Amino acid sequence: MSELDLQIPSPFDPFAESNAEDSGAGSKDYVHIRIQQRNGRKSLTTVQGLKKEFSYNKILKDLKKEFCCNGTVVQDSELGQVIQLQGDQRKNVSSFLTQAGIVKKDHIKIHGF
Amino acid sequence: MARNWIREPEAADELLELLGLSFVLEGCFLQASSDQWRWDLDPACTFSVKGIKMEIVEQKEFELGYHTDLLIMAEEEIQIELKDEAADLAPFDPTKKKKKKKVIIQDPAEDSVEQLAEKTENLSGHTLNAVSENLEPTFTGLKKKKKKQVQTDLLDDEPENADEDVDYPIGEDEEAEGIVLQQQKLPWEGTDRDYKYEELLGRVFHILRENNPELAGDRRRTVMRPPQVLREGTKKTVFVNFMDLCKSMHRQPEHVMTFLLAELGTSGSLDGQQRLVVKGRFAPKNFEGILRRYVNEYVICNGCKSPDTILSKENRLFFLRCEKCGSGRSVAQIKAGFVARVGRRKAGT
Repeated sequence: MSELDLQIPSPFDPFAESNAEDSGAGSKDYVHIRIQQRNGRKSLTTVQGLKKEFSYNKILKDLKKEFCCNGTVVQDSELGQVIQLQGDQRKNVSSFLTQAGIVKKDHIKIHGF
Repeated sequence: MARNWIREPEAADELLELLGLSFVLEGCFLQASSDQWRWDLDPACTFSVKGIKMEIVEQKEFELGYHTDLLIMAEEEIQIELKDEAADLAPFDPTKKKKKKKVIIQDPAEDSVEQLAEKTENLSGHTLNAVSENLEPTFTGLKKKKKKQVQTDLLDDEPENADEDVDYPIGEDEEAEGIVLQQQKLPWEGTDRDYKYEELLGRVFHILRENNPELAGDRRRTVMRPPQVLREGTKKTVFVNFMDLCKSMHRQPEHVMTFLLAELGTSGSLDGQQRLVVKGRFAPKNFEGILRRYVNEYVICNGCKSPDTILSKENRLFFLRCEKCGSGRSVAQIKAGFVARVGRRKAGT
């Protein structure tokens, strides 16, 4: 209750939250990790929505080394850069990103089955 | 009577209780037919507020007429009845009522309605028949509400053992204390103390449960049938009961389909028999996981967890509104996100 009373005098800024947290990049920018099936039992893992400040190539290099797979950074016209990895690396990628402190755990969304 | 005990009753008051209960149960028969409720105050045999109100008004008038005769009455009777009635009506002279009651309550496992009905008919001429005499003190709480009514008590889903005939939840406290439970029904009976919150709550739920079970119903889990999946050729998967699942979730098949396809990262369509054909090889488990996520995100109400919700589109945004609790929330749009190009590239591009 007291907290509420304190807040009342100041004018309400509807954009305060979005400005403070993630500077202008949508409501809650998730990192989406998806899987895509290829022919046979092959698949691709895509990582989309990492922050622009990070060097995608360096992350990719570590990912490739860690999971022993190949991968690329793809430039998409709408979504910007996307990391692509060979094979189903969804769990690996999410644990790697959280451990490296690049993304918080609750900002990762794993899609696919 | 053969009994399946978890633990044999040993203590003195337990044995006493058992004795009392077996006395109550004596003469009850078991039949295969299901239990039923009947509300005799209403011609339609269903419970209605109107019916009970009319009954109360009648009662009052009746009692006012005889008020002078009845000034002297047993102390505990007044207390019992007044307290029971206090919740829903103004105090009135309740003694007259006692004579009208013909309630027979029996264990659901032990009895059936037909039998009870028969019994009451036989006994309807008498003011107090043997059975109700036995039960009367025990079930005062019930009787107030349901005069002249046949009851097979308890919800069917209560798996109480047969020897626990006393179903009133509050009554169990007394049993534990070892007081003669036949004499007292409600913990506050015969005393001047205030009701405890738990006791009143228990009473409310008991009444609610016996009058309309679906309101007090324990939350039932939403059960969905598992997806049936077939393989069409080697590269396509057919989701056979897609339409059924959409119907059971009350969602547009288009919406579910876009979500499924976006999550699977493939393309697909509905075929002639309204089955979903998806490109790629998927196991039923995969669909199940995705449907589970769909239900969590687009069906279940966050407030009350009920799946009874409506998804509506307002100004290009989807909103979820709960039919049970009335809460609403916005839901995220379905986005396919980045789809890498797989397969052969054409020479032109």
